[in-house]
Amino acid sequence: MTHLDELESEAIFIIREAYAQFENPCILYSGGKDSIVLTHVAAKAFLPAPIPFTLVHIDTGHNFPETLNYRDAYARKLNANLVVGSVQDSINRGTVAEEKGPQASRNRLQTTTLLETIQQHQFDACLTGARRDEEKARAKERIFSHRDAFGQWQPKHQRPELWNILNGKKSYGEHFRIFPLSNWTELDIWLYIMQEQIELPELYYAHERDCIIRNGVILAVTEHISLMPGEHPQAMSIRFRTMGDATITGAVRSMATNTQLVIEELLNFSETERGNRMDDKRSETSMEDRKKEGYF
Amino acid sequence: MELLRIITAGSVDDGKSTLIGRLLYDSQSLLTDQLSALERSSKKKGLSAIDFSLLTDGLKDEIEQGITIDVAYRYFATGKRKCIIADTPGHVQYTRNFVTAASGANLALLLIDARKGVTEQTRRHSLIASLMGIKHLVFCINKMDLVDYQETIFEDIRKSVTELVSKLEIYDVRFIPMSALQGENLVHRSDKMPWYTGWGLLETLENTHISSDRNMIDGRFPVQTVIRVNTSETPDYRAYAGQVSSGVFRVGDEVVVMPSGFCSRISKIFGAKGYADTAEPPQSVSIILEDDIDVSRGNMIVKKNNHASALQQIDVMLCWLDMSVMQLGRRYVVRHTTQELKGMIKDVVYKINIDSFSRNEDEKELKMNDIARVKLQLSQPLLCDTYRLNRITGSLILIDEQTNNTVASGMIMN
Repeated sequence: MTHLDELESEAIFIIREAYAQFENPCILYSGGKDSIVLTHVAAKAFLPAPIPFTLVHIDTGHNFPETLNYRDAYARKLNANLVVGSVQDSINRGTVAEEKGPQASRNRLQTTTLLETIQQHQFDACLTGARRDEEKARAKERIFSHRDAFGQWQPKHQRPELWNILNGKKSYGEHFRIFPLSNWTELDIWLYIMQEQIELPELYYAHERDCIIRNGVILAVTEHISLMPGEHPQAMSIRFRTMGDATITGAVRSMATNTQLVIEELLNFSETERGNRMDDKRSETSMEDRKKEGYF
Repeated sequence: MELLRIITAGSVDDGKSTLIGRLLYDSQSLLTDQLSALERSSKKKGLSAIDFSLLTDGLKDEIEQGITIDVAYRYFATGKRKCIIADTPGHVQYTRNFVTAASGANLALLLIDARKGVTEQTRRHSLIASLMGIKHLVFCINKMDLVDYQETIFEDIRKSVTELVSKLEIYDVRFIPMSALQGENLVHRSDKMPWYTGWGLLETLENTHISSDRNMIDGRFPVQTVIRVNTSETPDYRAYAGQVSSGVFRVGDEVVVMPSGFCSRISKIFGAKGYADTAEPPQSVSIILEDDIDVSRGNMIVKKNNHASALQQIDVMLCWLDMSVMQLGRRYVVRHTTQELKGMIKDVVYKINIDSFSRNEDEKELKMNDIARVKLQLSQPLLCDTYRLNRITGSLILIDEQTNNTVASGMIMN
């Protein structure tokens, strides 16, 4: 078995445990490559039966249209049930308030919408494509990660996880976040995309686009970005390494127009993929802070 | 490329963080933004050199208090292998974390400071690594630069460790003299120690033979779930999904479903790449049987002439992991492969003193970080093997029914 086969097998085992141990598990589908790979593996785990999980997307309203088009087509192809939780709806209901100023982002607001969606649909487990190599707080999180009745993560009181035994026991109102791709790296994800010939949104490959550079991060100019004085959009050949809200997802200059070229580029990269996420740059422990509140 | 799971353990001063940092850095797994973030945080702490421990300590409390709370995972790939490092701290909660990280490891990297030689920590690490069934133990005799790279110092330490581990059950023990700080014998072979002709650390990680560590003899397939489809293309499709724990299953094999004892034959195996002739550990597959018999989650498919044990009373080497104290006669949930049942600890046979390796038969109380052999009574027969023969079907956890916490890990002894 290659390392990719072993990682895939581990992920399938975890996904089947999630299915067997919970009553109403879902996949948190972000439109990013990790959640696409997770959904692909989850579909394989139950073949020839259809994928037994609802796909849940938390839409900030600031997504690239390519992400949404791909999402709808992918859900149709898999014949999967799709639930969209809208941050705009939470704003309209008054459960969150929009950030102000040119740096405003709806990233943080997603947490409330996510928890509202989980509660509304009574999901007791959410599978996500998050990986331990992405970020320091994630490197310490369990595969079956408990959330209390307020949706909060308690990093210092995590259940020890031994061998391949996963403890998904919980009280009423609590839920779990489950990370089948915990042990994958960004390179593993791309190697797997190549092996399985998974189609991705075109944003992941090099294309020409008007961009600005803000705090050293290349941002695509969209209707959701307000230009600050002195910022002049210029056309660049770029691609995205992560996919999130358009206001915070930084691009990289790239000529890689297909998966093979992306892998070659990755092997020569000198920055991590979250190195250009504006949300992680807010402070050294910003991911941990958001996770404690219930973030992905 | 093969997957290698490594555990590292030790305290800050024996240079473990430096070792991991250097491995990542020298194998080009550390990127410039991580490196500049490390430099920034190191400066903030008033340090002149990069403190690699900041790489694994990521939680707020850890950064503030300068301690490692939990197991942290790090990843790097060489040309030959992808390595997962589970890094555990050396302070109080250490047994619990070490046991957790060791449960999944093929290989343990244990550091010894060349100036100090064998310490209490060396003894504990070796003992627990052997209890946890880690097959490969690599002793890194570090800080050789501070003892002028003297061969005699390395040889003395090697002799005392060899004597120490002779009392334990470990198959493969290696010693590497090195300086993590100077990068001697890590990625690059050192010219400071011409007397050492063995592998450097990276070579060891790349070449240690691990494929025969798996049990390929006893066919064990714990059923996770049943996949059913009834469409015109696949009428009455019924397959048993799971991950092969051990042994090799082939189409046509005569199998028995435990505990019912019904016999059948494997008609098809469906794997990650479609239909296959065989399934071996750790593949996740689904198995279709020739006969329509009742099989559900928690059952185990085994080979006709090689059954798992079905035991209602077992001896277990237990490590207590929770803040709560173990209570004799209290009911706990037992999770084992895909089975879940109730269990009760009837007696503590002996407690292990991890410093002296001695057994204490009088102490009956178990609290966090204690290791003891106990008698566990189960609500129904458990389909299992001994941990020595099978790490998957020989391991279990205990769960507190009130808090749902995982309170203990156990290895089946009989």
